[in-house]
Amino acid sequence: MSAEKEPLFSAKNIKLITDPINSNNPITVQVLGICSALAVTVKLKPAVVMAISVMVVLAVSNIVISLLRNYIPPRIRIIVQLVVIASMVILVDQVLKAFVFDVSKQLSVFVGLIITNCIIMGRLEAFAMGNKPWPSFLDALGNAAGYGIILIIVAFFRELLGSGTIWGLKVIPESVYDFGYENNGLMILPPMALIVVGAIIWIQRARNKKLVESN
Amino acid sequence: MENLVNIFVKSVFIDNMIFAYFLGMCSYLAVSKTVKTSAGLGIAVIFVLGITVPVDYLIENYLLKEGALAWLSPRFADVDLSFLSFIIFIAVIASMVQLVEMVIEKFSPALYNSLGIFLPLIAVNCAILGGSLFMQERAYNNIAEATAFGLGSGVGWFLAIVGIAAIREKIRYSNIPDPLKGLGITFIITGLMGIAFMGFMGIKL
Repeated sequence: MSAEKEPLFSAKNIKLITDPINSNNPITVQVLGICSALAVTVKLKPAVVMAISVMVVLAVSNIVISLLRNYIPPRIRIIVQLVVIASMVILVDQVLKAFVFDVSKQLSVFVGLIITNCIIMGRLEAFAMGNKPWPSFLDALGNAAGYGIILIIVAFFRELLGSGTIWGLKVIPESVYDFGYENNGLMILPPMALIVVGAIIWIQRARNKKLVESN
Repeated sequence: MENLVNIFVKSVFIDNMIFAYFLGMCSYLAVSKTVKTSAGLGIAVIFVLGITVPVDYLIENYLLKEGALAWLSPRFADVDLSFLSFIIFIAVIASMVQLVEMVIEKFSPALYNSLGIFLPLIAVNCAILGGSLFMQERAYNNIAEATAFGLGSGVGWFLAIVGIAAIREKIRYSNIPDPLKGLGITFIITGLMGIAFMGFMGIKL
C-alpha cells in the first residue's frame, strides 16, 4: 500500500464511474462494443441480461488483468487478455444456460461474442494494464454501465414501439388498438436498432457540443 | 452443388453479417472512411473467414461435439467438450491470423503490404468469431457447406464496408446537422442500407 492512500471514493474515482456513462460513453463516443449491442435489443429482457453479463465479465477481467499487469510480457499480452476474457465468458455462458435458459437461447451466439466485444479488450488494454485493481474495477463498472444504459434505452423503445410491451407485459391498452393503432413491425427488424442509436447520438451531441465531429 | 450456391447467396445477402447481425461493426465504423482501405480490410476478412470457418468446423466435429471423440476410442463416445468451444475457437482464430500473416508475407509481399496493418486487427473482429459460432449453431452437414458459408459471410461483409465507404466519401460534401456528423449519420445510413438489403429476403436459388 502506498503512503498517500486515497479514499476509496475520491473525486477522481467517482469520475471513473460517471464519465463513461455520459460524456465518454463507450458506445456513442468511443464507438466500442457496437457489434453485440444492437443485436440483443429487440426486447428489454435479453438486453438487461446482456448488460449484466458484460458488466460481470468486464469487472472481473479488469481486476484480473490489473493484478497481473506487472507479470504479463508485453509481446503476448493480447493472448493473455483473450484467455482471461474467454474463461470468464465461458463461466457466464454456463450460468446463463443453467438459470435463464430461454434468454440464453435468445442471445444465442452473442454471449460468445462478448469475447470479441471491443469494450472489454479496449478497457483492458487502455486502463487495466496501467492501473491498480480498485480504479480498474470502477472503470469497468462505469463503462459497463454506459454500455448497459444505451442497450436499455434502445431496447425500451424497440420493444414499446415494435411489440407494444415492456418486459413482456402489455402496456398499450387494447382500446388504442381499437382506434386503429398498429405495432410498428419495422422496429423489430435489425436496421431500426442502428437508426435508434443514430438518433441517440444525435440527441447526445446536440446537448453536448464538445462531442461534435469536425468532418 | 446447388445447395452450396444457395448457402453462399444466403450468407451474402440475407444473413448479411453487418445488416442482419451487426457483426464486425467496430472495424466497419472505424475503417470505412475511404474505399481503398475498406476494400483492403474487406478482402482480409474474406480470406480469414474462408480459412477459420472450415478449420473450426473440423475442430467442432472431431474434437468438441458430444460424441465427437468416438473416432479416438469408443470409451470417449460420450465425452462432451462443447463448453470449451469459445476458448478454442478464439485460439484458432488468433493463431490462424498470425499464420496467414506470415504466409502472405513470405509468398506475396505486395498483398502483405496492402493488407498488412489490417490482419492483426482481424483477430478481434466479431465477424470472424461470429462466423465460427454461427457455423456451430447451424450445424452444417459437411465441410464444403461450412466453407461456402464462411466465404459468403466474408463477401457480404466486404460488400457492406465498401458500400458504406463509397457513401461516406460522397457525404462529406453534403450539409448535415452538426451533431449528426461523422458517427451519427453513419449509423443511420447503415440502417437504411440494412432496410434495402432486407429486400433480398426470401430469395432462393
